[in-house]
Amino acid sequence: MSAIVVRDLRKSYGALEAVRGISFEVHAGEVFGLLGPNGAGKTTTVEILEGYRQRDGGEVEVLGFDPGRAEAAFRERIGVVLQQSDLWASLTVREIHRLFAGYYARPRDVDEVIELVGLGEKRNARAKTLSGGQKRRLDLGVALVGDPDLVFLDEPTTGFDPAARRNAWDLVRSLRDLGKTVLLTTHYLDEAQQLADRVAVLRAGEIVRLGQPSELIGAARAEIRYRRDGELVVIETDEPTRALHDLTAAALAEGRELEGLEVRRPTLEDVYLELMDEEQERPA
Amino acid sequence: MRLYLHQLRSEQLVFWRSREAAIFIFIFPVMLFLLLGAVYSGQYEGRPVADYLVMGLLTYGCANTAFAGFAISLVIRRESGILKRIRSTPLPQGLYFAGALTSILLVFVLQSLVLMGIGRLAYDAALPELPLQLAAVLGFGAVAFAAMGVGIAGLIRSSEGASAVVNVVVLPMAFLSGAFGPTRDLPQFLQALADVLPLRHLVEAVEATYLRADGIGSELGSLLVIAVWGLVGLVVAARRFGWEPRER
Repeated sequence: MSAIVVRDLRKSYGALEAVRGISFEVHAGEVFGLLGPNGAGKTTTVEILEGYRQRDGGEVEVLGFDPGRAEAAFRERIGVVLQQSDLWASLTVREIHRLFAGYYARPRDVDEVIELVGLGEKRNARAKTLSGGQKRRLDLGVALVGDPDLVFLDEPTTGFDPAARRNAWDLVRSLRDLGKTVLLTTHYLDEAQQLADRVAVLRAGEIVRLGQPSELIGAARAEIRYRRDGELVVIETDEPTRALHDLTAAALAEGRELEGLEVRRPTLEDVYLELMDEEQERPA
Repeated sequence: MRLYLHQLRSEQLVFWRSREAAIFIFIFPVMLFLLLGAVYSGQYEGRPVADYLVMGLLTYGCANTAFAGFAISLVIRRESGILKRIRSTPLPQGLYFAGALTSILLVFVLQSLVLMGIGRLAYDAALPELPLQLAAVLGFGAVAFAAMGVGIAGLIRSSEGASAVVNVVVLPMAFLSGAFGPTRDLPQFLQALADVLPLRHLVEAVEATYLRADGIGSELGSLLVIAVWGLVGLVVAARRFGWEPRER
């Protein structure tokens, strides 16, 4: 079962092609990450899926609906957390949840949602007194109050300190435990690696990699490093087992130690930076 | 219907809870009335000046509540992302505006009753000659001004500028239109300018139902001018008003 199906999606703003024919599917119940630098087309893609923008071309199906038609039945089933929003500053956390709950036909229990996002102690606090992290929890609570099947999170931790990010990550994981499908955009690699079951890496409006974070890393070559007479030796290889075997066998035969020997797999960050470098080297 | 009532209740909660809005929109016309009433007294054309002041401030309250206050709150909600956020919910856009408009009308009705009550008690001002027709004229005016409010909200780019822009429009218009007292002594060209303003025509239609018993029938031309301004507001709104933040 696919929660989202995107085929050859295109969108331009004037002469700028923001999204150039991307295709992907998001399975029901998975956390899917759209990863890429600013301007790669992440927000445009998400806003088309949320129904905020009309696409120029391609097919899009979200929970079986065409989001471009903006049906109320579609909006009953999605929850949206925007990159930035300040909800009614003078209302309390509980009042804001109730206000939004009233827009849905079958809302969740408001107090339950407030507990879920960890604002139980702040339920009667005015929104303007909340910290930055608490405000994002409020956003998330409001997105969950309609009991959506699919939740969109647009850069949920941008501007967070490390502790607040970990809290936010726990919240996203709890969404998966609730059986929600989550579409997440981020320009943080560790976030994608920590949270997403699968990741699409966007670059200049195109998907350049798609798969599980471990697959993306696995596709890259391994590096074997050691020192010989003080000089660093780096061997890049697709067959690290064989290369290491040859290396250690030779060293043993010669009776010498491989100083500082390490085998490393590139992190998602290495893969990502490599992908972004290709972009810069590509002729315009 | 459930959604409409929920939106109306929400709007009322938000309005009365945010003190700035409640003070600027609800209290300010009443305050102006008390101040002007303290400054001007005596007779004008055979009637107590207080009669003109109550009538004038009803019309100012109409423009201030339905146009200025509505436009400012729309801009602030748009720029803070509240409108964008609401658009992702099942609430239809039409119901959002219906709820917001009804809420504004409720505030205005309450304000009008307070103005007339204070006028009666403090300055012995007259009560309306044709109360039902007066209510109809003011309600019509409020809807038209609200349409202009959505229009101007579409032209304003930032929350910071909203209240300045809107008041630069409303306050001079109120003076020129006679909402703060009779304008017979204005120079000719200002009178000519006033004659195209919607508030000037609202003042005339209110005079015809509040101070005189001429009735709505005698002011159809004025109502037409107000309606045209309301339609202009709608056209501008349709072309320029969006639900998403302009800045950022």
